Amino acid sequence: MSERALRILAPAAVLALGLVGWDLVVRVNGIPPYILPGPLLVLSTLVQDWSILWSSLLATVLTTFEGLLLAVVGGVGLAVLFNQSRMIEHSLYPYAVILQVTPVVAIAPLLLIYLPQQAAVLACAWIVAFFPVLANTTLGLNSVDHNLSDLFRLYGASRWQVLWELKLPAAQPQMLAGIKIAGGLSLIGAVVAEIAAGSAGAGSGLAYRIAESGYRLNIPRMFAALLLLSLTGIVIFALLSWLTQLALRRWHESAITRDA
Amino acid sequence: MTVPPTGSSTDPIVSLRGVGKTFGTGTLALDGLDLEVRRGEFLSLLGPSGCGKSTALRILAGLSEPSRGSVTWHGADAHDRRSIGFVFQEPTLMPWASVFDNVWLPLKLAHADKAAVAPRVMETLSRVGLTEFAGAYPRELSGGMRMRVSIARALVTAPRILLMDEPFAALDEITRFKLNDDLVALWRELQTTVVFVTHSVFESVYLSQRIVVMTNRPGRVSSELLIDAPARDQRFRTSADYAAFCRLASDALGAAMRTEPGRAA
Repeated sequence: MSERALRILAPAAVLALGLVGWDLVVRVNGIPPYILPGPLLVLSTLVQDWSILWSSLLATVLTTFEGLLLAVVGGVGLAVLFNQSRMIEHSLYPYAVILQVTPVVAIAPLLLIYLPQQAAVLACAWIVAFFPVLANTTLGLNSVDHNLSDLFRLYGASRWQVLWELKLPAAQPQMLAGIKIAGGLSLIGAVVAEIAAGSAGAGSGLAYRIAESGYRLNIPRMFAALLLLSLTGIVIFALLSWLTQLALRRWHESAITRDA
Repeated sequence: MTVPPTGSSTDPIVSLRGVGKTFGTGTLALDGLDLEVRRGEFLSLLGPSGCGKSTALRILAGLSEPSRGSVTWHGADAHDRRSIGFVFQEPTLMPWASVFDNVWLPLKLAHADKAAVAPRVMETLSRVGLTEFAGAYPRELSGGMRMRVSIARALVTAPRILLMDEPFAALDEITRFKLNDDLVALWRELQTTVVFVTHSVFESVYLSQRIVVMTNRPGRVSSELLIDAPARDQRFRTSADYAAFCRLASDALGAAMRTEPGRAA
């Protein structure tokens, strides 16, 4: 069997086994759907409740991408600022770390008090997502080949030219790696904030649907929404991996496929 | 062994006088270095590893400030940085940019329009035999080709002086011989001044008109050798003259390495 076929078939077999096992456990033990629904019921709920779930999915995806976009702008922007001024870096970096290490699930309820709900959800997505972009971009900007820096100096390059022509292109691999992590984290931030907001009673995203279905003991819908969330995460990761590949494929070792 | 300087041109392009360099770590790299580079010559700085040759070159390039002594440029365009070409030991290319864009860089940094200077970039690429690889990326090239790109980038501004820091040290011998020949041809054709740092006796003899041998750290001039041979080609490489010059240079290097720190010959 070829390596490629194995890569697809092996996890597919595990999935099939898992689903069959799950179904058997539910059937043999006669577990009621409000405790554990079988996989087929989850699937049919997904189809049945599609209109509700679809609009929730759109809301969550929109928040996630807005959060990611702000994280990229904020993370890269701060990294550039830190790179240009030690003073700013020393002044602000500790607070970036504090934002990162404080669990967002603990911050979310506070944000919901002070901000409109949508803004609070977005702020949560941003808080968890911007740090990997900031940290990785900072690493990239600081890892420029010193001989290349000397060369730019020799040719009298301005600060702006050094940043634009040298540092930012050189930092691309690390920056993109940070963005790839941020994509998944932005989804987590959005979900955490929606759950926190959900208990306050308003909302429309997938996480809100999960919380709401939980209160109503609509466990099949909880599973259907969870499935969609996972799929969203996978699609975001795949999309960002593809973008990384596209940007680096001609020059960076990480993106080059070679014959054995 | 020490030959008084009697080169064809005695018109200096840059002079170092009593140059010393102490690094922040306290390392004394150069001490009392006197060096004059003459217009149009091919000069090699030959010395043991860590003797400060590269530091001297960086001081010439303005990439490092001397702790003591002076650097004087002679001539009208003396202070134009862009009249210096620099080739590092590594090709030092931007991996994310094509060969063309790498060679274009010095002109781009001087705000030259891409379309306007494209013929000049292509002409420089053709000088180093890389016309067909303008669109390639550095990782797609061999080590020798990458070094050619690096040389093209240094030449694209038509520098008055080309500073080279052991550029061929990491290459295999066949590639190095080829690049040595090409470099001599380019130097003749462009009539530029070359300062070439190396720790290879054979390379310095093959390439240079004049070899300045440096002492162990802290580096200073130990002796000077004129290589008075007209043609630099395969015949020269296998001639008795070449062998004799190599022996002279080798002896000079040996003497330089025996020099006690602080007491130049």
